Amino acid sequence: MATQTQELTAPLTDEQKLAQVREFIAEVMTHEHPDSYLIAVLHRTQELYGYLPTEVMDEIAQEMGIPTAHIWGVATFYHYFNLAPPGKHVISVCLGTACYVRGAAQILQTIKDELKIDVGDVTEDGLFSLQPARCLGACGLAPVVMIDDKIHGELTPKKVTQLINQYRKQANK
Amino acid sequence: MDNKKITITINDQQYKVDAGQTIMQAADQCGYRIPRLCYHPKLSIEGACRVCIVQVAGMKNYVASCAYPVADGMKIDTNSRELRQARRDIVELLLDNHPQDCHTCERDGNCELQRLAYSMGIRHRHFEGERKHYDKDLSSASVIRDPDKCILCGRCVRMCSEIQGVHCLGQAHRGFNTVVMPAYNMPFAETVCTTCGQCINVCPTASFVEKNHTQELFEKLNDPDLIKVAQVAPSVRAAIGESFGLPPGRNMEGQIAATLRRMGFDYVFDTQFSADLTIMEEGSEFLERLQAKGPLPLITSCSSAWMKYMEQFYPDLIENISTAKSPMSMASAMIKTYFAHKIKADPKKILSVAFMCCTAKKYEASRPELDVNGMRATDIVITTRELGWMTKSAGIDFISIKPEKFDEPLGLSSGAGAIFGVTGGVMEAAIRTAYELYTGETLIDIEVNDLRGFKGVKEAKVVMDGQELRLAVAHGLGNAHQVLEMVREDRDRFHFVEVMGCPGGCIGGGGQPYATANSIPLDEECLKARASALYGLDREKTIRRSHENPDVQRLYREFLGRPLSEKSHELLHTHYKAKLPRGIVSPNLKVV
Repeated sequence: MATQTQELTAPLTDEQKLAQVREFIAEVMTHEHPDSYLIAVLHRTQELYGYLPTEVMDEIAQEMGIPTAHIWGVATFYHYFNLAPPGKHVISVCLGTACYVRGAAQILQTIKDELKIDVGDVTEDGLFSLQPARCLGACGLAPVVMIDDKIHGELTPKKVTQLINQYRKQANK
Repeated sequence: MDNKKITITINDQQYKVDAGQTIMQAADQCGYRIPRLCYHPKLSIEGACRVCIVQVAGMKNYVASCAYPVADGMKIDTNSRELRQARRDIVELLLDNHPQDCHTCERDGNCELQRLAYSMGIRHRHFEGERKHYDKDLSSASVIRDPDKCILCGRCVRMCSEIQGVHCLGQAHRGFNTVVMPAYNMPFAETVCTTCGQCINVCPTASFVEKNHTQELFEKLNDPDLIKVAQVAPSVRAAIGESFGLPPGRNMEGQIAATLRRMGFDYVFDTQFSADLTIMEEGSEFLERLQAKGPLPLITSCSSAWMKYMEQFYPDLIENISTAKSPMSMASAMIKTYFAHKIKADPKKILSVAFMCCTAKKYEASRPELDVNGMRATDIVITTRELGWMTKSAGIDFISIKPEKFDEPLGLSSGAGAIFGVTGGVMEAAIRTAYELYTGETLIDIEVNDLRGFKGVKEAKVVMDGQELRLAVAHGLGNAHQVLEMVREDRDRFHFVEVMGCPGGCIGGGGQPYATANSIPLDEECLKARASALYGLDREKTIRRSHENPDVQRLYREFLGRPLSEKSHELLHTHYKAKLPRGIVSPNLKVV
């Protein structure tokens, strides 16, 4: 299941986040083959920031002595890593077998049209990001969509549009 | 262990070969040449393209011969029917995701993929599938990146990291979406790219090419109001013959001068002249620092890619860098001042064109600090490859043209100016002059053999009036890194350091002709042949020391005064500033 790992404690400032990344790197640098911890460092970064800011990758390059071009190669290789800040709400559309046969493709298309973005992108207003998911374990409710950590089931194109509008209204309040 | 001989069988024939090598290396020694693409002997083994697959008895799958070691009793098949089919399929799949534009491609006739496809017997396309499309990166003053033509062999990435130590390039994304790019897909102009152009040299296709200035030059050559002035770098004459099918190592300077006049140039000068001028300035600078205890070691500054590398990775050594401009920029400065005055012309009407073995010179020419009296000193830089093409395109018979001489007053050169093009040459030339200026005696044995050859880092000692001078020479930026670390550790270790950005020096520059069908990029035999052309030129000359060049002497007498004069400083010297583009990391890089 591909979901965002969110920091649940009080929001940290960017300086605090960077300090934590540095602390983590300092720790891994004491190990044998510290280079092999690059992916772990990127994970920690994404946990803190929600994505991999290029400025932080520059820092990692400096601290670990690994060329940025190589870090960029790793960051882009794995779909797990976000290269742009995720939207305020992350929409995961289940494309598992059960949801698929119940019309997940139309649900996904409706969302794409409504938000005018593609899978992996963020809306211009930063409110939503869209990602695919492989079976959320709610096949009885197919087709389902997860928004942040809430499951919405038995969707139709009409219902999913209404759902998006609800989030929009909330955001405008 | 490695000296042990083992017996292997290739295509039913037995051979005794050294243990500890790969199947490809062993087969090379037995008279085979297994088709290959991503492999390069100077780079690490990638095993990415699978073109070099062979069949080994007892193995379920084909193995990549570039990566697989030979073993005693191994039975290898390099040319079975199934294998030929598989290998052809692999190349067909590469072609499938490649533009079908060979006729309009920069590397038509010079492309390794084209040659490979031909030798595989691919005469039509079997697999029509989705094809990638990306925009070209045109941002750099020197190097254009075209991902559409990339076949992901990774030679550029390894070149940039392993030989040049720049680490500008990497492979990003994955599978069908993999693209070779700088970090964050930044435009080249904003990256750590030193514009050396070695990615162009090792690229098997046209995924990397120089920024082409040939059309602009053809346009300007037609402008009747312009006075067209050319200068030709030493290494261009040692390599351009290869563009016309001649073996490497022929000195073609007379043919170049004759060709450029037929192309429309009014004056054809020799960058070797300004190499002599560089020696006068840099040699004097060295002696001044040696006597006044200025910052030592003095480090040479002729190589443009090296200058960008230094500004990015070693800004702490800026005070050690010679302030003397490169021979190209010195010649251009003299063309737009001294020479313009001599012919009573408005320097704004002069088109100053430099024919260089180098892509980084295109970048150097665009550096604003090298402007002279508010004008660009070098208007256009053309590589050896571009000159080869222009000559053919202009319909000039380069091979049988009657050789001509360079023009005065910037055309006469000493042997010292010629050897600038080879690693160690600038140092050797500087020693020839510095020795005499310092001791007042003539240096008898002027060929400093310790400074010659293709060892990555060379060290030599010369005794001058009882004082021992410790010298170091590095070629290729990765080797430069090694010497500079020594300098950082111990500033007193060397007195004088020469650095050239490209392997072999300028003769191996990023703008030199592509490897021919029977060669490989950066082939050492080819570099040796080009070097011998320049060393031969040196030996043929009666004047072999820069300070004995009568036209250099005249230039000082009539215009500059003396080396390091106020006028020299104004026109022939420059200063460098730290540059910190993104992607900089501490110089002690690890290759992961």
